[in-house]
Amino acid sequence: MVRLYMVLRLPITDYPLLMKGTHLGEFEELVLLTIAALVNDAYSVAICDELAKHAGRPVKLGVVHAVLHRLERKGYVKSRLGEATSVRGGKRKRYYTVTNGGKAALVRAKEVRDSLWNVIPEFSLKHP
Amino acid sequence: MKARRDPRPPRWAQRLLNWYCRPELAEDLEGDLNEMFSHNWRVLGPFRAKLIYWLDVIKFCRPYTIKRPEPSKLLPNMIMLSSYFKSATRNIARSKLFSAINIIGLSVGMSVGLLLIAMLTDLLSYDRFHEKRDRIYRVTSQLQRNGDRSSGHMATTSLLAGKEIKESLTGVEDVAVIHRGFMGDITYEEKVVPFGGLMADDSFFNIFSFRLLEGNSRTALREPFSIVLTETLARKLFGGENAMGKSVSIWGRDFSVTGIVQDPARFSHMRFDALGSLSTRTITEKDNAYETMWENIWNAYAYVLLPPNASAESLQQRLDEICQRKANAVASGYVQLSLQPMREIVIGQNLGNQIGPYMGSTVVWVFSAMTLVVILSACFNYTNLSTARSFRRLKEVGIRKTMGAVKRNLLVQFVTESVVIAFLALIFAVGIFVIIRPHFISMEYSLQEMLVMDLSPKLIGLFILFALLVGIAAGFFPALFLSRLNAVSLFKGGWTRPPFRKITGRKILVVFQFVISIMFISGTVVIYDQYKHFLSYDLGYNTENILNIRLGDNNADALRDELAKLPEVAGQSQSQLVMSIGNYFSTIMKNPADPSDSAQVYYNRVDENFLVLHDFKLIAGRNFNPKSPHDTLEREVIVSAGVLRRFNIGADDPWKAIGMTVNVDHTDLQIVGVVEDFQYGQANNSTTKEVVFRQLLPEYARYLNVKLVTNDLRSTYEKVEQIWSTFDPNHPLQAKFLDDQLEESFRGFSASVKAGGFIAILVVCIASLGLLGMVIYTAEIRLREMSIRKVFGASEARILYQLARGFIVLLGTAIAIAVPLTFLFFDRILLPEVANHAPLTWFEMVSGAGVVLTLAATMILSQTLKVARSKPAEVLRTE
Repeated sequence: MVRLYMVLRLPITDYPLLMKGTHLGEFEELVLLTIAALVNDAYSVAICDELAKHAGRPVKLGVVHAVLHRLERKGYVKSRLGEATSVRGGKRKRYYTVTNGGKAALVRAKEVRDSLWNVIPEFSLKHP
Repeated sequence: MKARRDPRPPRWAQRLLNWYCRPELAEDLEGDLNEMFSHNWRVLGPFRAKLIYWLDVIKFCRPYTIKRPEPSKLLPNMIMLSSYFKSATRNIARSKLFSAINIIGLSVGMSVGLLLIAMLTDLLSYDRFHEKRDRIYRVTSQLQRNGDRSSGHMATTSLLAGKEIKESLTGVEDVAVIHRGFMGDITYEEKVVPFGGLMADDSFFNIFSFRLLEGNSRTALREPFSIVLTETLARKLFGGENAMGKSVSIWGRDFSVTGIVQDPARFSHMRFDALGSLSTRTITEKDNAYETMWENIWNAYAYVLLPPNASAESLQQRLDEICQRKANAVASGYVQLSLQPMREIVIGQNLGNQIGPYMGSTVVWVFSAMTLVVILSACFNYTNLSTARSFRRLKEVGIRKTMGAVKRNLLVQFVTESVVIAFLALIFAVGIFVIIRPHFISMEYSLQEMLVMDLSPKLIGLFILFALLVGIAAGFFPALFLSRLNAVSLFKGGWTRPPFRKITGRKILVVFQFVISIMFISGTVVIYDQYKHFLSYDLGYNTENILNIRLGDNNADALRDELAKLPEVAGQSQSQLVMSIGNYFSTIMKNPADPSDSAQVYYNRVDENFLVLHDFKLIAGRNFNPKSPHDTLEREVIVSAGVLRRFNIGADDPWKAIGMTVNVDHTDLQIVGVVEDFQYGQANNSTTKEVVFRQLLPEYARYLNVKLVTNDLRSTYEKVEQIWSTFDPNHPLQAKFLDDQLEESFRGFSASVKAGGFIAILVVCIASLGLLGMVIYTAEIRLREMSIRKVFGASEARILYQLARGFIVLLGTAIAIAVPLTFLFFDRILLPEVANHAPLTWFEMVSGAGVVLTLAATMILSQTLKVARSKPAEVLRTE
């Protein structure tokens, strides 16, 4: 019986071992940056608000959630549950922090941009 | 105080979230939503906040948030399920009587459900074999005459419309034009085989997936006088010989065989023995101007094949344009063309002139509704009995709860029980289904044509699914009720009296069952009475002992002379069609007083003996004069009083109309007689008052009407048959008595009487079983009470009354609801739709109540008497 359990249990572990492609999308990058910026206070609603403030457009909570989930699966962030507070009906917050892999991905993305910026002749973008 | 209340997110939304969301994500998700909610509450107000919460919960339902099935729980679940199964079977075995009542009731109800499922499965498998099925549309038409009633909606259209669509419309992949009425005898050397088929053009095999076994699918139907035979017909005609290229003769013309097609599938709405090429008609009907007229929408079919991804709406628009353009082609009317998808041909709009078998959606809906009522009624039995008897299970529920069962476990357990009962019922239901299937199919001719209802694996799968559904539906409410009980209160000595005080729900169910029973019985009686009424309806002429013989290709006069030798033959006449049984021939008649006015009139072509033979009442003028065989012109016409009223000629004095020249069907005719109004259409059709009798030219004679004077119709019929067989040995005699034909024409009524009667019996059975269960149960639990009453001196009658009172109130309520409801339904809704109907009678209204009362009284009395007669000493001895 115990063996049967094991057999049945195994194939279901679907994350985070499985790295599904490590490409960092544009919105993913923004979210990752926001997490880094918020340091110890990065949980979904705060990320959402912060992002909305900087981007100047409303950001949907559902979208942020999906992206956080994806980032975690790619190994760029890790999360832990915080303390319960009365504000959220007794539900705990999930705080995110950027992993080393996430930092590396951010740096890589910045490098790509910078190298491209460097190629651009200065005058072509100077114009208002 | 109210304003200070903490904002609370909608509870059901939270439940939904926790139900679908993976537990590791649920907590912080819900927290986030709560945070947003309290923010929104302050900013946007309670209503918007709640709405947004709900929407967010729904929006969060994404692949990554949804729970995965947990295999680790599968095994315990399986073990629990087998335990549920075991306790279910034990419980069923423990109370055998009630289980039996439940099983029989459910199986009766389910058998009808099985019929419906089998029927729908058959109907939905129609035309599946056409590969391009989803892109095929049929062009249907409707002819509207100015200021007159429009013709019915027809499945047919005009040849011209088919041609127009084919030639002028872009964005149509292909159009198949088909003409009906390709039938008769096909002759090859010595062999003569009767056949029925269609004429089609060369697009036929491109659009439909009928498999051509031999021949070229693109050219087989191109040349005039080509014929494609079905395998069966080819075998009949040629035996083993190769048929291709052979010449066969039809209507005295030679056709060459250009293809062999597989027999049309059983589930094809189009059936044929042979296909002729449509181009044949351009030669045979060259001189027939009506053939290509825009208003001749009665004989051809057009099937359009749309390109992939094209929309039917845009094609409909272009059809509308064609109709507009052709508006002037019809003298005083308008033809509207519409499209009907192929999948809606068999179960869809009730169209006239169908190409093959079909079932109107009304029939399907009515049958489905009735079935639903029967099944519901059966489920109510289960629900009622289980909740009523629930207190027998209280200890069990209490113990299970104490042992750690949660609500859901109990729910599943009780539902399992009802599902097991439903499966037991399914076994009986399949038995009943197999027994009633042949009767059901033979109930109506169209059912016979269309349905097979074989027990295929697919059907059995559906049956099992159905049983599962019924089980869940029947058991869900008792299960919910039982599983909600509180364990502690159960043990506090609660089980001498059922805790279920709200018995009104149960009463409503019982009343519902009896209302339905009464309505079904009364309804069946009403329809039966209407049926009888229409059969004996005075049509305005005499229909007695008239044998209508279909002439086929035989010479009417020669047969007449042969038959005249029989002593039983009192008179004979010839006609083009048999009236009053739902055949309609109509044409255009111009108003002699006002040339701009014309109207549709119905007609029949008859010889000079017809009116006399049928006792038509001439109110003015005379009968037709006998026609000499050399005279091939129509000259005279006899009109009905309705025609005079329509055109306002001689309405006050019919003699004024005599001698008038009127234009009928583009021919000037002289009115020589006026007959009293009679029923040209069926007795329940009052729209056919304008009828003209035209002179019968020999080529139109289709029927020989023979009046017989004899006491032994059967032997006379045999004599007629004998004469026929010497006269035309190739074809069997096709003759029917007019009275039989009239009866047949109301077979829809008789079928509804049979179906209604059958369902009424089932509903009554189910309701009675339910009542029986309730009565037995009440008698059982009140046995001690009644014994004590008896000890204190209550009489038997008093006890009977005590026990039966509750049921009598229920029955009374049911009758008080059902009788007026039935009356209103027939008086206000159904019968106004039926012309010439018989008035409702008191008997019809009280019949249902009477039957139900008698049955219920028998059951109540039988059980309560047992209680009333029981000896108190025996009952109370053990207390």
